[in-house]
Amino acid sequence: MGKTLVEKILSNKSGTDAVAGGIAIAKVDVAFVQDGTGPLAVRQFDEAGFAKVANPDKSILFLDHAAPSPNQQLSNDHMLLRQFSKNTGVQLSEVGEGVCHQIVAESYASPGDVVVGADSHTVTAGAFSAVATGMGSTDIAVAMALGKTWFRVPETYKIVVNGKFQKGVYPKDLILHLIGMIGADGATYKALEFAGDTIDAMSMVGRLTIANMAVEAGAKVGLFASDETTRDYLIKQGRGDSYVAIAPDADAVYERVIEIDAGTIEPTVSKPHTVDNTALAKELGDVKIQQVFMGTCTNGRLNDFAVAAGILKGKKRHADTRLLIAPASRKVLSDAIAAGYIQTLLDAGATIMPPGCAACVGVHQGILGDGEVCLSTANRNFKGRMGNPDSYIYLASPATAAASAITGRITDPREVV
Amino acid sequence: MKLSGKVFKYGANVDTDAIIPARYLNVSDPDELAKHCMEDIDTEFVSKVSKDDIIVATTNFGCGSSREHAPLAIKTVGVSCVVAKSFARIFMRNAINIGLPLLESAEAVDDTDAGDVLEVELESGKIVNTTKNQTFTAKAYPEFMLELIEAGGLVEYTKRKISAKG
Repeated sequence: MGKTLVEKILSNKSGTDAVAGGIAIAKVDVAFVQDGTGPLAVRQFDEAGFAKVANPDKSILFLDHAAPSPNQQLSNDHMLLRQFSKNTGVQLSEVGEGVCHQIVAESYASPGDVVVGADSHTVTAGAFSAVATGMGSTDIAVAMALGKTWFRVPETYKIVVNGKFQKGVYPKDLILHLIGMIGADGATYKALEFAGDTIDAMSMVGRLTIANMAVEAGAKVGLFASDETTRDYLIKQGRGDSYVAIAPDADAVYERVIEIDAGTIEPTVSKPHTVDNTALAKELGDVKIQQVFMGTCTNGRLNDFAVAAGILKGKKRHADTRLLIAPASRKVLSDAIAAGYIQTLLDAGATIMPPGCAACVGVHQGILGDGEVCLSTANRNFKGRMGNPDSYIYLASPATAAASAITGRITDPREVV
Repeated sequence: MKLSGKVFKYGANVDTDAIIPARYLNVSDPDELAKHCMEDIDTEFVSKVSKDDIIVATTNFGCGSSREHAPLAIKTVGVSCVVAKSFARIFMRNAINIGLPLLESAEAVDDTDAGDVLEVELESGKIVNTTKNQTFTAKAYPEFMLELIEAGGLVEYTKRKISAKG
């Protein structure tokens, strides 16, 4: 019987015949925590009596969720993680380096890897054809110590996307459309596998956006077969030698196949307070926004700022709408400066924030006021997510975000370009 | 092990930001975390909950972030178990790892109202609504996960495996 991507990778990493529904104990290639989940992982590591990390070169502590720290408790958490790095030799990604998932994409994840992180958006690295998934602090503490972890091998939903996107439509619209279609628990415990000519033609940045949001449908991982696009991306990161071609078998067994015609998708928005509460941007009516937030592990990459800068060039943000920009990594910021995008965004009235999670998690940098509305390029719009339960978060693509920053209300980008 | 408590009932997609908002993640003391459990969706929960009470919810309970603080806050506030139609997967792993029992039974959720009293037998998955005099059976755990639960979570399980090898 043929194997899906997840079965193939877990078979290889467990040395067993991994079949959906079974349990696989797999070798872990990359393991990481961030500053929200890291301190608890360190405590559990100590509690379990571990002294050594199995693979310190590919175990990473990221300071990104509250970076730079907004208060003394978080500063103390950062100190604890720095000390753990000194004690064990694991890698430390300092304040200002960027969001864990972007740095894992730039520097760590390779096709065929098992990547586990104490952050739900660890699924982002599925774009490389890696089994990448989020777990809690205890699971990651044990994975770092032993260099392996257990998985229930998931059944797979194959998502087949064919056709060309209309003007103004991006991979973010596709993934919001899919989550709206199957629901926030539509793929719970399952793997998603993306295929079709739209996916074949998509950039790595687009694939990263889609993989990143697999968890918003409940999925364990969102996978893409590796191809020349994957190889080119790895070469650009100076990691071309880590490329391996991985594809599912032609006779792999899928629990469900969902087909989507990319040409029918329009700019899509998730309304408060769940990601599956989707609507078309053009049908929202007059939703005034006080803040636009562009960045995160979903849409804080160079291509995203290229799109935003293209729309905002020579324009100004609406007087009543703040425009916050947070590049996903130091490299993204540096490349966006070199390409002139940052200057364009500054001229349009944007506030540029340091690489990191910024306003996404509601611990610093852009917490909303009572009753305020934010349009964000992030992946999650739960009540209170951005620090205030009495506020409203809409999710959309960087194009929709840029168009809306100009008009001060949620706007279909085709209205302004 | 038999658990018994009164029910707090919630709907679908109770997310980890609702269970414990990120603004408290710098708090490492479980008792402090417990003080803010559910506060963004139910401001009265913490003042009304008693030891051994049970949370009942519909689908996708615990969706969202990987924060282990979420099951930890629920456990520390005194809740004995959570009964739902379905759980988000990271939340489920985390709950097992820290010793918060979870039970899946759509029928029990449909027929139980806030304030009812439930009795739960973890080994058999038997759920009795003593207020309404109804009995339900929760979905069984895979064997490997039962071993983890019986060991008291992943840390204890790993310690045992390592000392068994030693």
